Amino acid sequence: MRKLFFAGMIACIAFTACQSTSTTLPIIGQRDAVQKEIDGKIVTDTIYHRIPAFSFLNQDSVLISDKNFDQKIYVANFFFTHCPSICPTMQRNLLKAYEKYKNDERISFLSHSIDFKYDQPHVLKEYATNLGVNNEQWQFVTGSKAAIYSLADQYFVYTKEDSTVAGGYDHSGYLVLVDHDKHIRGAYDGTNKEQVSQLLKDIDILLKEYE
Amino acid sequence: MNNRYTIILTSIGVLIMLLLHISSCQSNVSIQTAQYAVNGQKLYLSHCQNCHGSKGEGLAQLYPPLTDNEYFKQNRAKLSCIIRYGMKESIIIHGKTYKNQMPANPQLTELDIAYILTYITTNFGTSDSIYRHEEVKEALKACGI
Repeated sequence: MRKLFFAGMIACIAFTACQSTSTTLPIIGQRDAVQKEIDGKIVTDTIYHRIPAFSFLNQDSVLISDKNFDQKIYVANFFFTHCPSICPTMQRNLLKAYEKYKNDERISFLSHSIDFKYDQPHVLKEYATNLGVNNEQWQFVTGSKAAIYSLADQYFVYTKEDSTVAGGYDHSGYLVLVDHDKHIRGAYDGTNKEQVSQLLKDIDILLKEYE
Repeated sequence: MNNRYTIILTSIGVLIMLLLHISSCQSNVSIQTAQYAVNGQKLYLSHCQNCHGSKGEGLAQLYPPLTDNEYFKQNRAKLSCIIRYGMKESIIIHGKTYKNQMPANPQLTELDIAYILTYITTNFGTSDSIYRHEEVKEALKACGI
């Protein structure tokens, strides 16, 4: 009986936790409290997890950086062009978001290739064109293995070079929603229909913060 | 008099039996096709759907849709080879060219391929005929790969 009660309670918590009834999205990741001295007073400030600075080559062989996403919200993910497993579904779903907000300058999309050997800018360009992406709003980037994989950790996305899996790279299919301050505000399984529609709702909620 | 009734009744009975038999035979065929398609749907979900989509709609210019009846008809035997061995050359579907390579699926058996092709051609295409195990076996022999 007691077990049942606990199970019920956990279910209730899980259920309410998943409902985004609040109008602001949480800031995801570890937070630290730091004490600063401002005007002679000690103030405690909260430092939230942020996506660090980065710079990568994009599909037009142009070096882009985190500055390109200033004053914007963006959705980031990790993929590779020859991925036979989850990427096509994930990109199919992200394409829906791209098409919904096409030419809306408040939002961008950023796909990092984890196949640093094969996915050179011209390969990414062909992929983007074939996917129907014809403007700068959706960036496809490549970089060194160290740079891309360590940045994936910052987005809390799992990436690994693994010859035993199909395509040679293992990774998770999260679509990560980032705000103007480079704080992560949501992460959604890009292969799951319900979570993708939640992302579309949360994008609107986040955009309202900057109105 | 009685005798004649018996004859008429018997012949009507035989006729009904015959009709029933014929119709049951027909539905047997379609039941088998449906069984193949159901098995094919499960395999499609785990091996094909990521790229080709849940409705066989493909994805933009990256992956072709699986709805071109004309292509199915003209390449009936080749379809088995494409699934088993993948595809390196480009393909024209509904008049559009797709250049991406398709990966091979060596883990799929002949029967798996028969199930998948039955599912694809009857659900996304308008075919009502089954791909039999034997047909796939013959087709794979003739691939020349």
